[in-house]
Amino acid sequence: MLRFIIRRLLLAVLVMWLVSTGTFALFFVAPGNPAKTIAGPKAPPQTVEVVKHRLGLDQPIIVQYGQFLNRLIHGDLGYSFFSNAPVTQLLKQSLQPTISLVLGAAVIWLVVGVAVGVLSATRARSFLDRASTVFVLGGISMPTFVLGLTLSFIFFFKFEQWGLPYLQGGGAAPDITTDPGLWLNRMILPWITLATVQAATYSRLTRGSLLDVLGEDYIRTARAKGLTERRVIYRHGLRSALTPVLTQFGVDIGALLGGVVVTEQVFGLQGVGQLTLQSTTNGDLPVIIGVVLLVAALVTLANLIVDISYSFLDPRVRLS
Amino acid sequence: MSLTEMESGAVDAGLEPKQEIAGRSPWLLALRRLRKDKAAMISFAVIIVLVVVALLAPLFAHWTGYAFDYQDRKFGLDRNGLPYGPNSRHLLGTDSLGRDMLVRTLYGARVSLLVGVVATAIATAAGVIIGLFSGYYGGVIDTVLARFVDVVLSFPYLIFAIALVSVVGPSLTVTILVIAFFNWAAMARIVRGQTLSLKEKEYVEAARSLGGSDFRIMFQEILPNVLAPVIVLASLMIPIAIVFEATLSFVGLGIVPPTPSWGNMLSDALRTYQVAWWTLIVPAGFLFVTTLVFNLLGDGIRDALDPRTERIFAMKRKKDRKAAEEQEEATARA
Amino acid sequence: MTDTAMTDAGAARQDDDVLVRLDNVVKHFPIKQGIVFKHEVARVHAVDGVSLEVRRGETLGLVGETGCGKSTLARCITGLHPVTSGRITFDGQDITNLPRARMRPFRRDIQMIFQDPYGSLNPRRRVGSIIGDPFAIHGVADGPERKRKVQELMELVGLKPEHFNRFPAEFSGGQRQRIGVARALALRPKLIVCDEPVSALDVSIQAQIINLLEDLQDELGLTYVFIAHDLSVVRHVSDRVAVMYLGKVAEVAEAPDLYGSPRHPYTNALLSAGSVADPELSERRERIILVGDVPSPIDPPKGCRFHPRCPKAEDRCAVEEPVLEPRLNDPAGHDAACHFPVAAGERLGQKLGAVEPSSGPTS
Repeated sequence: MLRFIIRRLLLAVLVMWLVSTGTFALFFVAPGNPAKTIAGPKAPPQTVEVVKHRLGLDQPIIVQYGQFLNRLIHGDLGYSFFSNAPVTQLLKQSLQPTISLVLGAAVIWLVVGVAVGVLSATRARSFLDRASTVFVLGGISMPTFVLGLTLSFIFFFKFEQWGLPYLQGGGAAPDITTDPGLWLNRMILPWITLATVQAATYSRLTRGSLLDVLGEDYIRTARAKGLTERRVIYRHGLRSALTPVLTQFGVDIGALLGGVVVTEQVFGLQGVGQLTLQSTTNGDLPVIIGVVLLVAALVTLANLIVDISYSFLDPRVRLS
Repeated sequence: MSLTEMESGAVDAGLEPKQEIAGRSPWLLALRRLRKDKAAMISFAVIIVLVVVALLAPLFAHWTGYAFDYQDRKFGLDRNGLPYGPNSRHLLGTDSLGRDMLVRTLYGARVSLLVGVVATAIATAAGVIIGLFSGYYGGVIDTVLARFVDVVLSFPYLIFAIALVSVVGPSLTVTILVIAFFNWAAMARIVRGQTLSLKEKEYVEAARSLGGSDFRIMFQEILPNVLAPVIVLASLMIPIAIVFEATLSFVGLGIVPPTPSWGNMLSDALRTYQVAWWTLIVPAGFLFVTTLVFNLLGDGIRDALDPRTERIFAMKRKKDRKAAEEQEEATARA
Repeated sequence: MTDTAMTDAGAARQDDDVLVRLDNVVKHFPIKQGIVFKHEVARVHAVDGVSLEVRRGETLGLVGETGCGKSTLARCITGLHPVTSGRITFDGQDITNLPRARMRPFRRDIQMIFQDPYGSLNPRRRVGSIIGDPFAIHGVADGPERKRKVQELMELVGLKPEHFNRFPAEFSGGQRQRIGVARALALRPKLIVCDEPVSALDVSIQAQIINLLEDLQDELGLTYVFIAHDLSVVRHVSDRVAVMYLGKVAEVAEAPDLYGSPRHPYTNALLSAGSVADPELSERRERIILVGDVPSPIDPPKGCRFHPRCPKAEDRCAVEEPVLEPRLNDPAGHDAACHFPVAAGERLGQKLGAVEPSSGPTS
């Protein structure tokens, strides 16, 4: 067990190292003049030289790489000339809206997804099942931003037009502490937008997985023993059926952040996704690097947690 | 008849001795099953229509007289500079610059289909080859490749794609390559898994004992057995690629305007959708329907190739046949 | 004749006749463990020093229970597993661990028939293509000529040539084994290793396949190594039989000698477990039930490997490993690895034990 955790931790460190090296390679070795990009297109040549020197870009690549790693370990991600703030600070600020978005949506999609999946599986081929299949297919076919736009259009814009109580989408999301009502109002549409695709995927996965499990012989034994159907499903069936869902979750985290980007864009939330987009448009290199590294770290951490909790669920994993 | 003949299944007494009997290929059986799936067949028809229409986009441009980047100053925008809704001149209305929505949407279909199919093709080819080699040879190569695949798979593709494209600059080729890069890993993982289990099969051992080379074993023995999940995954990858492209274009890092892509059309629509709903609904609708039909077809293909469903069908067929037989007996007795 | 003279004459005879010679063949599988870099922590001693001969034109039966290493040995002979140590000689030439390119010509002469009729044929390929594989791989025949040869082979093994285009799923188990035989025969090999070719078949079909194999042996002058766990099947087909236990040969003899006067207690136990048609004889004979489970090949017992379960074991057996040689005045060729071999008429007595020698389908 311990060996397994150690191995996963080492892997996580390796991944982080690879990502940082890859990022470094990409931005400092790729074509283009990083100093110029960082200093800004309008900067005069002297400024570019100063920036170049300050960032150590006139030194051999190995030295630069060493400095890069060194700074990284000390938590210094550089300085954004564009926004006049240290990158770390910008990242911290953007993290908050993103976290509230992701956590809220996660709760929704896990609950809805698994619930719909279970209902579909237990009443397979019934009307309920068919209806949810339609929902599921629609859900996975709907690109996140399209859904976001459509929802925003209907529930924000049109409702306001028609004089109905409307839901605001995002905007500068206030703190949950200052005004919970407004916060909720602002977050519902983004949550639904982000959660729908995921809920559909998870629902389909749960359904398939549960159907597989319910066909197993040990379920038949449980039923033969006289356990109530409910107990059979929830205590015996669901436990094994959920492991693929967990795996999917681990893989999904990467894809999820993509959805976050567009959701934030559509609803104007100043989260990590927006930060990425803006820094890309502005050519704010340090921030781009910082975001990539942050996201990689989050993903790696999430995967680590998933892997370890997986080993609790499925003993075969830790023995491999 | 000797025991041997009986055992060989000498059914065709009327056949000439040298006439060959065609075998029932598992692919043919799957195709038959697919044809019975109504949803999949309808989806397939829609896709065909889409492809045809997309190919004919220049023709539409010619018929209507509007190129996809032509800004119709006379009849495209009204006095306030706002676009017109669907009318006799512009069948699907115009966008914020007075360009014809119909023509632009059809050209957008070209982009989506092209990117979807090409990116998937590249990802599939790369994924299959890497998965095969990695799974078959094992050892250090496999460990390294498998880890690499894991890393790529768990990566937040959009963020990295955005960062990447921002460095090299957007274009059609870059979009295709980026999408392919983030999809091959899923294919490689599946192929690798299958290869790992298949290479222990006895027929692989048999091929090796005959002196078959590694290449021969990988491509003649293992690959045909891996094709089924590959096809399923590939057909489900196409809509993923389409959505990926639309998303990239939406955030401005995909197809470069004025070339229309449903994604960048939607990005344009952000400015006008509140007063011109068609600028949002038309591309959104097309995008949704396209993705949906590819998903439906992919699901149908998966059900057609999946042995598990086959068992359910087989049981059903058995039940039906039994019921039919009992019916016959009942009527015969009566 | 003196003993030496007999041995010399015997040796002279053998050198000419011997098709395959195994000299102290050892095959170990390492068990690895480790966090980042795996290192070996233990080994599975699958084959632990086997020396055997296979003479031209004969059928050598190879019997033993699960885990005794017979399948591994088969794969070593056909070059599917590289051996850890020892030597394999084929037709006078050393083929031990040859690199693939140099092994290729030998692959035409050494072929294998597998146990599982369902697993040994690629379900996605047509049988004509499967049988034609050897021709394709060794570039012997092409196009219509290959097809003709394949159809000839199909007829030879009792299949209808018009089924050339069918898929394995459309054949019964027995027919599939025939396909496997056809594939093995394609290049007219000298040696065919049959790894439990009938274990997965119904009894009535077993007889057909065995008859087919015997007919082919006569017609084509083949040499067989016939592996099975069922002694009665082996008895019928083999000229000589070798009994394996836990990676080593326990006893080897001409078939009548082995079944008539088995020397090794393990052989006796195996034989006693077989069924006998005569009910009276079946009641009268002695059932030897061995004590305990088969030890793991990862950590085989010291001395004679069979000693923990042997009804005749004594102190010497736990220390000294017996050599495979003739015992109790047996003729050369009847070798047993036992310090206290069983004499004719000797009863081994029963020790109440947990497990009988396994007789299920095994490898």
